[in-house]
Amino acid sequence: MAGLHKSEFENPVVNWIDTRMPIFTMMQKEYGSFPTPKNFNYFWNFGALAMISLAIMIATGIFLAMNYTAHTSLAFDSVERIMRDVNYGWLLRYIHANGASMFFIVVYIHIFRALYYGSYKAPRELLFMLGVVILLLMMATAFMGYVLPWGQMSYWGATVITNLFSAIPIVGEGIVTWLWGGFSVDNPTLNRFFSLHYLMPFMITGVVFLHIVALHITGSNNPLGIDVKSPQDTLPFHPYYTAKDSIGICVYLLVFAGLVFFAPNLLNHPDNYIPANPLVTPAHIVPEWYFLPYYAILRSVPNKLGGVILMFSSIAVLFVLPWLDTSPVRSARFRPIYKQLILVMVASFLVLGYVGGKPPEGIYVVLGRVATAYWFLHFLVLLPILGKLERPLPLPESISRPVVRRPPSSGGGGPLPQGATAKPMEKP
Amino acid sequence: MADTASATVRDAITTVGAADPAKRDFLKLLTGSAVAIGVGAIVWPFIDSMNPAKDILALSSIEVDLAPVQEGQAITVVWRGKPIFVRNRTADEIKGAESVALNQLIDPQSDADRVKAGKEKWLVVIGICTHLGCVPLGNKVTDPRGDYGGWFCPCHGSQYDTSGRVRHGPAPANLGLPPYTFAGDTKIKIG
Amino acid sequence: MRIALALAVFLTAGVALAPGAFAQGHEAVEAPKQPWSFNGPFGTFDRASMQRGFQVYKEVCSNCHSMKEMYYRNLTSIGLNEEQVKAIAASATVPGGTDDSGQAVERPALPSDHFRSPFANDKAARSANGGALPPDQSLIVKARENGSDYVFALLNGYEDAPADVKVGEGQYYNKYFPGHQLAMPAPLHEGAVTYADGTPATIEQMSRDVTQFLTWTSNPDLEVRKRMGVKVVLFLTLMTGLTYAVKKKVWKDVH
Repeated sequence: MAGLHKSEFENPVVNWIDTRMPIFTMMQKEYGSFPTPKNFNYFWNFGALAMISLAIMIATGIFLAMNYTAHTSLAFDSVERIMRDVNYGWLLRYIHANGASMFFIVVYIHIFRALYYGSYKAPRELLFMLGVVILLLMMATAFMGYVLPWGQMSYWGATVITNLFSAIPIVGEGIVTWLWGGFSVDNPTLNRFFSLHYLMPFMITGVVFLHIVALHITGSNNPLGIDVKSPQDTLPFHPYYTAKDSIGICVYLLVFAGLVFFAPNLLNHPDNYIPANPLVTPAHIVPEWYFLPYYAILRSVPNKLGGVILMFSSIAVLFVLPWLDTSPVRSARFRPIYKQLILVMVASFLVLGYVGGKPPEGIYVVLGRVATAYWFLHFLVLLPILGKLERPLPLPESISRPVVRRPPSSGGGGPLPQGATAKPMEKP
Repeated sequence: MADTASATVRDAITTVGAADPAKRDFLKLLTGSAVAIGVGAIVWPFIDSMNPAKDILALSSIEVDLAPVQEGQAITVVWRGKPIFVRNRTADEIKGAESVALNQLIDPQSDADRVKAGKEKWLVVIGICTHLGCVPLGNKVTDPRGDYGGWFCPCHGSQYDTSGRVRHGPAPANLGLPPYTFAGDTKIKIG
Repeated sequence: MRIALALAVFLTAGVALAPGAFAQGHEAVEAPKQPWSFNGPFGTFDRASMQRGFQVYKEVCSNCHSMKEMYYRNLTSIGLNEEQVKAIAASATVPGGTDDSGQAVERPALPSDHFRSPFANDKAARSANGGALPPDQSLIVKARENGSDYVFALLNGYEDAPADVKVGEGQYYNKYFPGHQLAMPAPLHEGAVTYADGTPATIEQMSRDVTQFLTWTSNPDLEVRKRMGVKVVLFLTLMTGLTYAVKKKVWKDVH
């Protein structure tokens, strides 16, 4: 298929490049005129916000790396030098540290949106799975990044999390020694974590690219969860959604600025301002807030291997979610029971997050176990059954005509009269 | 130009509602410039973070105590990562440096321009050969000082006189002079 | 669905009740909030208090506690001029490398030097303090929950142990310390320092001043950060308004 592209751009320079390498045509097609459902709500801002977060993290990270020293005896002081002596170093570091939190907040809301509006269902299964891959890469990156300042939490977090792998029978110990490059978390560990922490954001960027490629093949889902049927259902991405995303970006930056400038250590743990000491473990060791739910799941099982398996399963279950959910209806708007259950699921996630930050005693253990049980019950049992039992509300005809003629008695989510049930969404 | 702009502003203010391209353009212009200002403001901290940090700047000026340097001796101190030669010149050396005719020099400069008035015995130069950056010999009594009694660069044979001026190639210029001031009789502040 | 709701209620109730179930044991007493000058979005440091606090640090704390991240030159930020900083630095001796015969030498400190540490290394510090290592104070406020309030409360919080508490050998009772017993005896006593500005050196006053100083050493960026933050938030608020207006305009004809 070799041959020059017929460019429609008038600017001669743009035209010259575009003829030989049609990136401008591609940008115009994917971000200019790209047909986007017209009924997005503000939940659909969060993809763009995640992208901004990634860009901010990479930019600040590169400049921080210019002044950071990955050596156990110098790392802590080099971070303090960034904070005290490097011009605007405190700004770069606080943006980077809080940026991790902002990134996770945004991505969790982005995932919630996908779950609530059924964005993981056919034909967007692969799109969703790529998203879960991004989440896993983010978690690995964030974990390694937190080790770099070489404070007490850095050191003990690294020790505890890498020790998870020792739960694997037979090869576990060997894997942990391999991860450490020694017999405890030490300089070789810090060095490789720095190397990988620098590498992984670019892997994330690669998967984000695939995520967007997949998105632009299937097209976006929308709050109604029904397919785009005609051009009236869509708007060109620019200027409609560039304008709408801009508002989200400004609000996001406001929250971000609030953290960075007025509460930069709110989400950090004070112990990480104490240099790492391999002989003294802090009284309460907790991971960063965005890992607390998984940490709670880990601790809710009294068996080492069991806890580790359960923790990894809690995310792995998302990979098969498109097949666990048997309902043909995407949006929770038309699924009265699912709508309740997903809120319980969110509640259980929040409870897990809360419990994860508390000592594993008494009521916290009970709460952690109940919430963990619900998490798996929700995905593995309730969703498969629900698709068979639940009677969805009638779906609108199209996005541009969202109002559907409803029989008078169908309001309030009660039993629907015969014949008023939703037409199951056509599968492509 | 200014008229059109103010007209646009007036339009933007007076026109309420209605799809008015003028208002949209003005709004876009305003938003666009605000974005540009914002981006500019956030780019600066990144650029500035690559400038010398405070701990580097704190070392950018040093004080050197000259009292221990005997006549005829020279010491090397480090300033901004570079060797600085401080030489306590003998009367003969000063006379020799002052009496050279400028037209004999590769890089003509009088000795008076290379030392502080009234402190002629102290020569303070950057100890880096202007040829390719080697450090010339001549501070230690046992070092070769070349034919002109100053410094001799072992790399390519450049020779400097007792004023730090190049007298024999390949170096093209005299030894550099760091910015310094006298803080008392036997103390200088470099930088 | 009922079950779902019941579950949600149970979980929420659990979270709400849980802290009550555990408000006992050896947890430290929470430090009371203090009206610091650096609190709030427009907060700034109190220069006079910081200078007094530095005096307390220098004359009392620094006998045991190091402050490794600080340089003498940083003191210009608490309102001292360069001559004063030079003099303060020169009054301390720091390791000065080696002399021509290879022996380690000491020299008067320069503004570009780190604060002098009271002990050569951690082991020396431990052996001089009954086995306990006095923590470095560069980041002490950031390294503790409720930073400034905690440090202030701790310095003020020494008292006789309740009758039922057995205080260990070389330990001192302080209800604000986690576990209530620590190896540091009450560091301040009335008139421990003499303030040049005539402020009475009560324990509370000295605690307040030294906390002001320590908050700054932990957060030297605080004032610049907050000042910049106010501008950034104002700018972003404007941007939010502008983008909202643009969006409304763009979307006018849709719906």
